[in-house]
Amino acid sequence: MNHKTAFRQGMTDGIPIALGYMAVSFTFGIMAKNAGLTAFQAVLLSLTNLTSAGQFAGLGIITASASYIEMAFTQLIINLRYCLMSCALSQKLDQRTPFFHRFFIAYGNTDEIFGVCSCKEGKLHPFYSYGVIAVASPGWAFGTFLGVISGSILPGRVLSALGVALYGMFIAVIVPPSKSSRIIAGVVLVSMAASLIFTWLPLLNQISSGFRIILLTLLIAGGAAALFPVRTNDAQ
Amino acid sequence: MSHNIYIYIFVMAGVTYLIRLLPLTFIRKEIKNTFIRSFLYYVPYVTLSVMTFPAILSATQNLWSALAGFAIAILVAWKGGSLIKVSAAACVAVFLVELIL
Repeated sequence: MNHKTAFRQGMTDGIPIALGYMAVSFTFGIMAKNAGLTAFQAVLLSLTNLTSAGQFAGLGIITASASYIEMAFTQLIINLRYCLMSCALSQKLDQRTPFFHRFFIAYGNTDEIFGVCSCKEGKLHPFYSYGVIAVASPGWAFGTFLGVISGSILPGRVLSALGVALYGMFIAVIVPPSKSSRIIAGVVLVSMAASLIFTWLPLLNQISSGFRIILLTLLIAGGAAALFPVRTNDAQ
Repeated sequence: MSHNIYIYIFVMAGVTYLIRLLPLTFIRKEIKNTFIRSFLYYVPYVTLSVMTFPAILSATQNLWSALAGFAIAILVAWKGGSLIKVSAAACVAVFLVELIL
């Protein structure tokens, strides 16, 4: 695949992500404004961070005027799941891919972009990543901007509908491999069931969503790896 | 003591970027260990599943529209729809159900 085709493919897959991002970052923009940030600051924050939970938590810390150290720790804990995702992504890159690409791919390793990149068949073409980032990241920034300048441009119904865009995209990523592999289908079902239990059961529901993802990933992906090891040729 | 907003933004962006960058730069070689390879192979399916469900059920204004969006997304994805098709179908389903309810 050449650069151009990969980039264009990435841009197409980036559209649902951008739409979903706008719905979320719109809310972020409103909250950023309430926390006293200017439109420029809010958009800069969105463009440089490109993460949802971390940014919302960050606003709380800014409002509380807490220390920079506290800010760093909060971000580390909330965003630690990206570490696991980057580990997985490291194996999707061809060893012949020039090293510098990793610095740019890392910037865009969000939950959603990781989702589409890691579940693509074969090795990851860096320009596919760039295509997704080129559409998704402006969507995230633009939504933030809209949220700051006016809390009422998007009606509630539209926001609500866009609210499922990202989940729809996740489903589009996990369903086809579940169809062709019973093991993956099992992993998906067990993960969803476990996630439900962790959301509803007292005590377990005290665990933050970031740690829930890490914990369940270690347990379920670890269990699946022990029970159903993937032969070298399949693991791509 | 008042804090500078730009330093806050810098700290946030720096920490988040490093978490994403370090594993990508440290793990440069293909991992040979079958267990770790298999583990990393399963990681995206678990993370995406955990993030989707049950969070999708509370992503809209009411449970029914969310369930409709969820069901339609699975159906369209099962039929082999592209990312954008599945995502758009889910959004439209939510919108229509909320118009009716």
